Amino acid sequence: MTEMTMVQALNAGLRRAMESDPRVLLMGEDIGPLGGVFRVTDGLQKDFGEQRVVDTPLAESGIVGTAVGLAMRGYRPVVEIQFDGFVYPAFDQIVTMVAKHHYRSGGITPMPIVIRIPYGGGIGAVEHHSESPEAYFAHTPGLRVLTPGDAAEAYVTIQQAIACDDPVIYLEPKRRYWDRVEVDDVSAISGGPWTSRVLRQGIDVTLVGYGPMVRTMLEVAEAATEEGWDCSVIDLRTLSPLDLDPVFDDVRRTGRCVVIHEAPTVLGIGAEVAARVMKECFFHLEAPVERVGGAFIPYPPNRYEKHYLPTADRILDAIEQVMSA
Amino acid sequence: MTEDFVQLLTPNGEFRPHLDYPLEPDADLLRALYRDIVLTRRNDVESTALQRTGELGLWCPVLGQEGIQVGAGHAMRRDDYGFTTYREVGLFQVRGVDPVELLQLYRGNSHASWDLTRVGLGLFTIVIGSHALHSVGYAMGIQRDGADQAVLSCFGDGATSTGDVHEAMVFAATYAAPVVFLVQNNQWAISVPVSRQAHAPLVQRAAGYGIPSVRIDGNDVLAGLAVTRVALDHAREGGGPTFIEAMTYRRGAHTTSDDPTRYRAETEVEHWAALDPLDRLTRYMESAGALDEAFVASVQAEADAMGERIRGAIRGMPDPDPVGMFNAVYAEPHPQVEADRQAFIAASTGQLP
Repeated sequence: MTEMTMVQALNAGLRRAMESDPRVLLMGEDIGPLGGVFRVTDGLQKDFGEQRVVDTPLAESGIVGTAVGLAMRGYRPVVEIQFDGFVYPAFDQIVTMVAKHHYRSGGITPMPIVIRIPYGGGIGAVEHHSESPEAYFAHTPGLRVLTPGDAAEAYVTIQQAIACDDPVIYLEPKRRYWDRVEVDDVSAISGGPWTSRVLRQGIDVTLVGYGPMVRTMLEVAEAATEEGWDCSVIDLRTLSPLDLDPVFDDVRRTGRCVVIHEAPTVLGIGAEVAARVMKECFFHLEAPVERVGGAFIPYPPNRYEKHYLPTADRILDAIEQVMSA
Repeated sequence: MTEDFVQLLTPNGEFRPHLDYPLEPDADLLRALYRDIVLTRRNDVESTALQRTGELGLWCPVLGQEGIQVGAGHAMRRDDYGFTTYREVGLFQVRGVDPVELLQLYRGNSHASWDLTRVGLGLFTIVIGSHALHSVGYAMGIQRDGADQAVLSCFGDGATSTGDVHEAMVFAATYAAPVVFLVQNNQWAISVPVSRQAHAPLVQRAAGYGIPSVRIDGNDVLAGLAVTRVALDHAREGGGPTFIEAMTYRRGAHTTSDDPTRYRAETEVEHWAALDPLDRLTRYMESAGALDEAFVASVQAEADAMGERIRGAIRGMPDPDPVGMFNAVYAEPHPQVEADRQAFIAASTGQLP
């Protein structure tokens, strides 16, 4: 066991994946000598060379498009998109080519590409550096979407994402990059990464979220005890596929559910969770499912973000809402 | 135009050797080229007819562009790899794509039906230009493998306006990737003339990327072969990318849904018909004594048999098993696809969800 930040855990996970499979390549802007703008790839080019840690021209479609060709050749590219808001120039390559290639080829050519994207807000960044694009990707058949909640998760799931033969959009909650937790050097996640995980079991309300909201939910659950509310906390971890059976099991006990994400609430991941909970847990529900998320506005200038993001206060308000229904 | 491009075979069928692009066309080679052009042309005719009779949803005619396609196809080694547009019927012919496999796509039975690994061609991308990047990535893989191979990346004049082609040129130059960009300038991107894609000859663009380039007569199968071969050899030897602009013409419609009479003059089509790639090859072979009646008849018989086989296979080809649409979405099991598959099976067998 070692205490690590999520940045260090990702770095260690990438290193291990590269050591265990020579076909694993890293590609991205500034990932070589600089080690990436968040230093996730720090030191890797020095140890693995320029052929395996590839500093690319500044062109996201080019990075993902060349990764497609490398994957066709049998490589397993791990692409770094520098910030969430910079993934859109690569959107066509991701949605049209990466997601569909295995299907179009009739199953002949897999696309084992991992696209790492630091995402989400809360760090006081400038425009295009705080977005939550997960619903676009989770809505696209052919892609898998993973997002770790803490460093220990990141260390294991980045390796599992790289080992997967399908393309994985790997969303890194950048405001949790510097949180330290104990990382178990040998542990694997039981059942693979494509499951949600129950972090806390309560009797009153089921809180469901992922990525940057995992820590927030745990803090809220702690604060809620002062109000006498006993919350369950479930980290979805995988947004495609969604693993909602643990959510259904929990909501059948609590009868109440609050879904939380930074992305706009409208048509977001929470809408799918709410619809499925409504169908699967209808006769157990004590209150309508509540959603806490972003307003239907572009990510605002950072002086506004404390009003935009799902804060503990807003989540507690939603808990109060379902408790008083 | 004739002065500033490489031409080995004039429209009159005269062979003019070129110092930079050596080629000694023996009878066997000429016959192989002739056969591939004739079969490509026949495939085009049969497929157009099948579309007109409702057996195919669409077809993209290739008439006029067979010279460069067949020439470039013969320049590739068996283990070279190609990325194409949908119109590379000549290249499909040379690489051994079964026309029936290809037509399953236009019939709507599959998205792509040939075995990529067997024919060494990536799936074509209907989103214009995006495969140029796949070509470069594949070539970067060849580099890392230290393999003696190269990539041929085909796209049209329209694609040169896309960002992905620009990025492909940047990446190819940056990494000196073993790739040859072959632009078939067929003068028209559906109804948009090349003058609306470029203010300068396309061949000049390569200089800005530091990529050597050459413009060739795209209706000259021998120039297509000789120039592409030199470029692929250069790439295999570590010399990096080359950009070839092949001047040719799409004499048919963009697709069977297009009406070119709305945007171009018949005289233009006639001009290019006089520059036909098969006519000049035929003239040269006749003068060189490489084309006898028996050979012509045998190719004709082969084309007839191919046409019959295509018609027989496509007409009345059954629709695929509906449950098959759930196959191969992912390489590893995905619970959502499985749930949707089971729900579909249940609904189609009358079971309540």
